[in-house]
Amino acid sequence: MSIDRREFLKIAGASTLLGIGGMSASAILKKNLLEASQVMPDAKGLTAKRWGMVVDISKFKTEDDYRVCVEACHLVHNVPNIGTTKEEVKWIWKETYEHAFPGNEDPYLSPEIKHMPFLVLCNHCDNPPCVRVCPTKATFKRESDGIVMMDMHRCIGCRFCMAACPYGARSFNYRDPRPFIDAATENLEFPTRMRGVVEKCTFCYERLAKGLIPACVEASQELARKTGREPGLIFGDLEDPNSEVRKILNERYSFRRRPELGTYPSVYYVLG
Amino acid sequence: MLETALKGSRRYWGWIFFLLGIIGVGFIAYLYQFRIGLGVTGMSRDVSWGLYIGQFTFLVGVAASGVMVVLPYYLHNYKAFGRMTVLGEFLAIAAVIMCMLFIFVDMGQPLRVLNVILHPTPNSVMFFDMLVLSIYLLLNILVGWTVLGAERKGIAAPSWVKPFIILSIAWAPSIHTVTAFLYSGLPGRHFWLTAIMAARFLASAFAGGPSLLILLALIVRKYTKFDAGTEAIQALGKIVTYFMITNVFFLGLEFFTAFYSKIPGHMEPFIYLYTGVEGYGKLVPVMWTSTILAVVALFLLIFPQFRKKENVLAVACVSTFLSLWIEKGFGLIVGGFVPNPFERVTEYWPTLPEALITLAVWATGFLVLTILYKVAVSIKEEAVFDKYGQRQIKP
Repeated sequence: MSIDRREFLKIAGASTLLGIGGMSASAILKKNLLEASQVMPDAKGLTAKRWGMVVDISKFKTEDDYRVCVEACHLVHNVPNIGTTKEEVKWIWKETYEHAFPGNEDPYLSPEIKHMPFLVLCNHCDNPPCVRVCPTKATFKRESDGIVMMDMHRCIGCRFCMAACPYGARSFNYRDPRPFIDAATENLEFPTRMRGVVEKCTFCYERLAKGLIPACVEASQELARKTGREPGLIFGDLEDPNSEVRKILNERYSFRRRPELGTYPSVYYVLG
Repeated sequence: MLETALKGSRRYWGWIFFLLGIIGVGFIAYLYQFRIGLGVTGMSRDVSWGLYIGQFTFLVGVAASGVMVVLPYYLHNYKAFGRMTVLGEFLAIAAVIMCMLFIFVDMGQPLRVLNVILHPTPNSVMFFDMLVLSIYLLLNILVGWTVLGAERKGIAAPSWVKPFIILSIAWAPSIHTVTAFLYSGLPGRHFWLTAIMAARFLASAFAGGPSLLILLALIVRKYTKFDAGTEAIQALGKIVTYFMITNVFFLGLEFFTAFYSKIPGHMEPFIYLYTGVEGYGKLVPVMWTSTILAVVALFLLIFPQFRKKENVLAVACVSTFLSLWIEKGFGLIVGGFVPNPFERVTEYWPTLPEALITLAVWATGFLVLTILYKVAVSIKEEAVFDKYGQRQIKP
């Protein structure tokens, strides 16, 4: 069968159009199912069914114990030091018991416990309200390991997630954060943010992918090694019954922030 | 029809340029906000929504309230509203446009606004809110414009528009219900976590919206020949009365639940708003102003002998509108964020750029409203009699 040039062009043109149209439609459909961070996994990467953390407050004895964790996180993630509480950006920080666990205090609570500092961070809820409300899926729960992720390139800055988070874990870039990052200590391997997007702790997904534990946990372990004590932050797989976090949860009384809200936090606290 | 908006008196053009002036100033303020970021507003890490989202919420109510004239007219054949419907529909258009602008100016990354459509997320109430508001806007443009166009030609409105009218009636409560769901489904925000939030929103909308509509009808009658009719204004007055009572009743229900249950999380926002806590009380005078205005409004509305005097009704409507504007456009939003999840108090107060941008959005709404009303009034003035043979032009 022979076809002339005209007919060939017609068929070729039509099939190209169909092809492009069909491809882009399926691409759009698929794109919405894909997670924004999916890349080829590193063989050394750490994996879990559900990452979780235990904050063992009994191990936090000195001011340094808290400071190293906060500093490690904020340095590695280029968290700006804005200098005002109004526009503060923070991923992990200290709150006293009465503020971290409001409603749990009682009139006869010892002042030591009432004013005892706790490290607080994103709880990486199993049932995260922030993910439920986000209109663009810029914040999403990674199905593979339960990390509540944040895509700062997709975020439109509507701050619905900040209203939804019952833990105050989210910060908004009220202005360009870059001038507030110390150039001498800037981590060039982690992106800085632009104004108008929300950010928070992501359990160091970028470090886990390379086989490293979260920066705060690493800092806690390093300090413990130096001082000959045990680290206060323990990280591991909550779904693995033999993991270190599960062992602690098996042996000791633990509690979570605002459990009555049904968010099922992955950060557990043990005290004494 | 739009050409009628291009011909007008000196006063008309004066008003248009006055609005354009406010828009211009607000636009410069917005450029400043766009450059620096939302840090130029009073919003903070703890109070992350403020005046913009409050105004948005309030105006969704104004938009929804158009149904209060459309429903009695089309479903119950209440003829007195025949001349009022277009005013209600056009007010809804202006209000929805303001809603969209308020959302836009509140965004941290406004250039990414299309991400809401590129990454549709059905589990997000905000996605649905965008959807229902856009459809409501289109419905009102379609219905208002078509019906007015028919009146201009002196013919009956085409029958295909009827299903859209019915749909717009059903749609109106949906926009405000979805807007209430933005708040009432958030764990840990006790002030908002209330099942009657949507009901409260609708009650305040159906009081606040019609009170604005009455004022607009009175202004239109004063400055043009078009008269929406005394009966229509009085009927709207009754609507305002009943829904203002309902609104205050619903607010009372919230107080009861909070203070009889004595659950601290439920009481704290009310205590902060109405008495202040730990020396923080920026909103106390504002909330009491709203309360006093509500009492004045109810007093003037409930007794028919007051309400029937149009100038008294106007005072009642101004009080109702301002009271609800403060309660819903300001207190409701800030109250949800105070105290914060750590039981600490961070106060919020809008800044000058924020206030200028807010004013400019209102001016844009009024500009749209003025143009639409000018078109409507020009056509009504030509028609002299409405379709029931009633005179709609002052002799």
